[in-house]
Amino acid sequence: MYETTYHRASSVDEAAALFSKGSDAKFLAGGHTLIPVMKQRLASPSDVIDIGKIKDLIGVQLSGDTLVIKAATTYYDIMTNADVKKAVPAIAHLTSVLGDPAVRARGTIGGSIANNDPAADFPAALISLGATVKTNKRSIAAEDFFKGLFTTALEDGEIITEVSFPVPEKAGYAKMRHPASRFALTGVFVTKTKGGDVRVAATGASQSGVMRVSAIEAALKSNWSASALDGVSVSASGLLSDIHGSADYRANLVKVMAQRAVQAAG
Amino acid sequence: MGMEGIGASVVRKEDKRFITGKGRYVDDIKMVGMTYAHFIRSPHAHAKVKSIDSSAAEAMPGVVAVLTGKQIVDDKVGNLICGWAITSKDGSPMKMGAWPAMAPETVRFVGQAVAVVIADSKNLARDAAEAVVVEYEELPAVADMPSALKPGAPQLHPEAPGNVVYDWHIGDEAAVGAAFSKAAHVVSLELTNNRLAPNAMEPRAAIADYDAAEEHFTLYTTSQNPHVARLVLSAFYNIAPEHKLRVIAPDVGGGFGSKIFIYPEEMVALWASKKVGRPVKWTGDRTEAFLTDAHGRDHISKAEMAFDADHKMLGLRVKTHANFGAYMSLFSSSVPTYLYATLLSGQYNIPAIYAEVMGVYTNTTPVDAYRGAGRPEASYLLERLVETAARQFKMDPAELRRKNFITQFPHQTPVIMAYDTGDFNASLDAAMKAIDYAGFPARKAAAKAQGKLRGIGLSCYIEACGIAPSKAVGSLGAGVGLWESAEIRVNPVGTIEVLTGSHSHGQGHETTFCQLIAERLGVPISQVSIVHGDTDKVQFGMGTYGSRSAAVGLTAILKAMEKVEAKAKKIAAHALEASEGDIVIENGEFKVTGTDKSIALPMVALAAYTAHNLPDGMEPGLKESAFYDPTNFTFPAGTYICELEVDEATGKTSFVNFVAADDFGRLINPMIVEGQVHGGLVQGIGQALLEHAIYDSNGQPVTASFMDYAMPRADDVPSFKLSHTTTLCPGNPLGVKGCGEAGAIGASAAVINAITDAIGNNKLEMPATPDRVWHAIHG
Repeated sequence: MYETTYHRASSVDEAAALFSKGSDAKFLAGGHTLIPVMKQRLASPSDVIDIGKIKDLIGVQLSGDTLVIKAATTYYDIMTNADVKKAVPAIAHLTSVLGDPAVRARGTIGGSIANNDPAADFPAALISLGATVKTNKRSIAAEDFFKGLFTTALEDGEIITEVSFPVPEKAGYAKMRHPASRFALTGVFVTKTKGGDVRVAATGASQSGVMRVSAIEAALKSNWSASALDGVSVSASGLLSDIHGSADYRANLVKVMAQRAVQAAG
Repeated sequence: MGMEGIGASVVRKEDKRFITGKGRYVDDIKMVGMTYAHFIRSPHAHAKVKSIDSSAAEAMPGVVAVLTGKQIVDDKVGNLICGWAITSKDGSPMKMGAWPAMAPETVRFVGQAVAVVIADSKNLARDAAEAVVVEYEELPAVADMPSALKPGAPQLHPEAPGNVVYDWHIGDEAAVGAAFSKAAHVVSLELTNNRLAPNAMEPRAAIADYDAAEEHFTLYTTSQNPHVARLVLSAFYNIAPEHKLRVIAPDVGGGFGSKIFIYPEEMVALWASKKVGRPVKWTGDRTEAFLTDAHGRDHISKAEMAFDADHKMLGLRVKTHANFGAYMSLFSSSVPTYLYATLLSGQYNIPAIYAEVMGVYTNTTPVDAYRGAGRPEASYLLERLVETAARQFKMDPAELRRKNFITQFPHQTPVIMAYDTGDFNASLDAAMKAIDYAGFPARKAAAKAQGKLRGIGLSCYIEACGIAPSKAVGSLGAGVGLWESAEIRVNPVGTIEVLTGSHSHGQGHETTFCQLIAERLGVPISQVSIVHGDTDKVQFGMGTYGSRSAAVGLTAILKAMEKVEAKAKKIAAHALEASEGDIVIENGEFKVTGTDKSIALPMVALAAYTAHNLPDGMEPGLKESAFYDPTNFTFPAGTYICELEVDEATGKTSFVNFVAADDFGRLINPMIVEGQVHGGLVQGIGQALLEHAIYDSNGQPVTASFMDYAMPRADDVPSFKLSHTTTLCPGNPLGVKGCGEAGAIGASAAVINAITDAIGNNKLEMPATPDRVWHAIHG
């Protein structure tokens, strides 16, 4: 690791101010991506600004039909939160199959979506549920937030403060774990909104990161059941292919995981 | 058996320091004035080193030196050796290219060191390494054996034309030909044995300290055999004469074979410490472990078996290509030959066997012994072949095995090994009972009704352990003898130190070896300590690998113990004015049998050291040593049965049950044996389902981190049901056979046989990833 200066911010404003002072500053939340990359000397931030301990960024609120998860809430805290389990149990399930206990103890929802790893679990939930990402500057619809591999709409120095999810009628998440990394080899999040819309998002599958799966959405719209997808074919074109999963295998997984997510959603 | 004697599941003495963070590993050791080494490694699989410009790095603060491959060659540090000479079919010796500790001219795998930075801190060394400019001229690389063997393929070493190290064979080709010509059935199979990265929890590390006044080196290193390390460093690498080199392997966090070998980094640290006049420390990181720890396995084989009309085995023909990587590591040559082909008879009476093995160079990390070393490859091949035969014959695979089991002992196989004892039916029966084999068809049908594909797979393995009779291995080309030594010091107050040439790096010797002393003398194990891993303390030894520490190392301790007891009895008889023949040892006391007269061990020991009243002519002291050379290998064997389900939609396997019935002879500490079996099984399952060290066609490693290389985790494996059937090994007085490698040897075939049974398609390679299994189901 190259030398760096560590700061622990106590407020979002302080974090933003520290960021603007640093010549090449980075925010640190759970640190599961940044720290390994720094240890490998692939990143050399001048300043590391820890926003994981900012009190205003931690917690869950359920008000009416909106579930708000603040950005620095850990996966473990999300997984065990009563409001999450009540309002969107699929999110609690997603966090329970995310990484391993050590990852869940430190990793945060904000860190996950800011990094936008193409195999991360949370982007699928945000897209499928139609979430809104709030930052210290603005609100961004999830569809507009994720911009491809490791790229988001965040501007330099912009800090995610919370994610708000409309409580759905039904939602489910099913994932085939990557055997080494425990990211999603392919994970699919399905949502039936209270307005009757169906939105399906897959992670870990596409070369361009999290994606909507329109063929599956169309089939589920007319018949919300796993069997409705029996005849659906997902194209392997544009899907990832590597030592753990070929593109045609991942195409199969998109369909199978969607079926299982629907079953889980009930 | 006493509370702490042989056969007792005594809690491990060493665990107190390990689980409280008080273990002392190489990286925990710090010396005054210590410097830190960082290696500059090739990013190319094959390249010429055109130039190295270290001027900017040398000018950086805290940089002590930048040393290169040319300098180490100029200083006449020896090239790395391969310690087992293999002769090809045509009588020619194996053809090896030179392996300097750092490459002066040509690099042949990604990660090979070309230079080293020595600096005041680890970070400074790393900073400076980035300032060293190495100019390479890339050469075409070959990363797999078929490519390496093609006419016109890039050549690694001029000494080895066609990239072939040797083309070796064993057995009777004509007899096998005759067996096939009269066969009623022939069964054949092609398979690969996937390359594995060993991944001990503790990465390799070394500290070298040169004392200029004494011209003496001390090396702390992560070694399974510090004595062999000293021998090789001294005799072949020209570091220092043996009496000027002390090698210490303190607590070592796992080896699995990968820490048998003497690596370039230790050689460079020693050489550099003399050059810079300060201690030099190197601690590898996980990436360096993936790139430079000797890998395991990596075979491609074709096997054919001939059967008569009654399904009795007539002959076996095997052709194997073994990937050695870019250089011949210390014991690499023996692994796919004498540790592999000699086990191809398995548990079966096969009248004729012929095996050919071609060793091949590729631009990949060197390959050498990894837990099981050759025997997992033999067992996997044979057990898949037998399973294939049973399916072809539509026979119960257990019955086909039983029909061909060796039942008379000793049994001479056609491939050198003479099995001393065993009861293969007993372990098969035990495993079948444990898994309710008879009830499987009903369970399979029930699973099918639930939409699941259920399969069952057997693996009846045998291994040759207790390595090894020195004369026998010498005649086969080994450069060393494989005996073991021990010394027992009874201190004047009666506590006992056992010095052993074995090395414990997870095996629990500090407990099990004490149990022998407790068994013999009736003293608590708290009064006994085990001393190992230091060439200044222990005279010489061959180390720990090949499941040899109980069968060979502990037997040496027993031999020394017998000498101690004999002398102590003489002293006791003299003190008690009794006949030596009437003395018995019980609960730490020497008693005159049939009387109430006794003398406690501390008083005997004190008498030995005060020497005030010893029998006439007796030397003072109570310390004895012994060397033990085994007369044969030992032959642990057993049956593993795996029952699992495959998810047809995803290809994912889920274990239902996994049973192991092993025959390890006498168990010293059943709890430790259980732990060894668990670990071995997990490594075997890891190979079957998850692990694979992969290179792309240019020789770039694809799996050089745990993000890509899938190590098994607790939730990837089932709870195991273990049992033991016992035939005592007649070759050693304790009747022990060894248990360290069995799981890794036997498990993989059981898993793959179960999956292929479940999916009804035998065309499946390891690791059986969900992707591969799904394609095997759906095409």
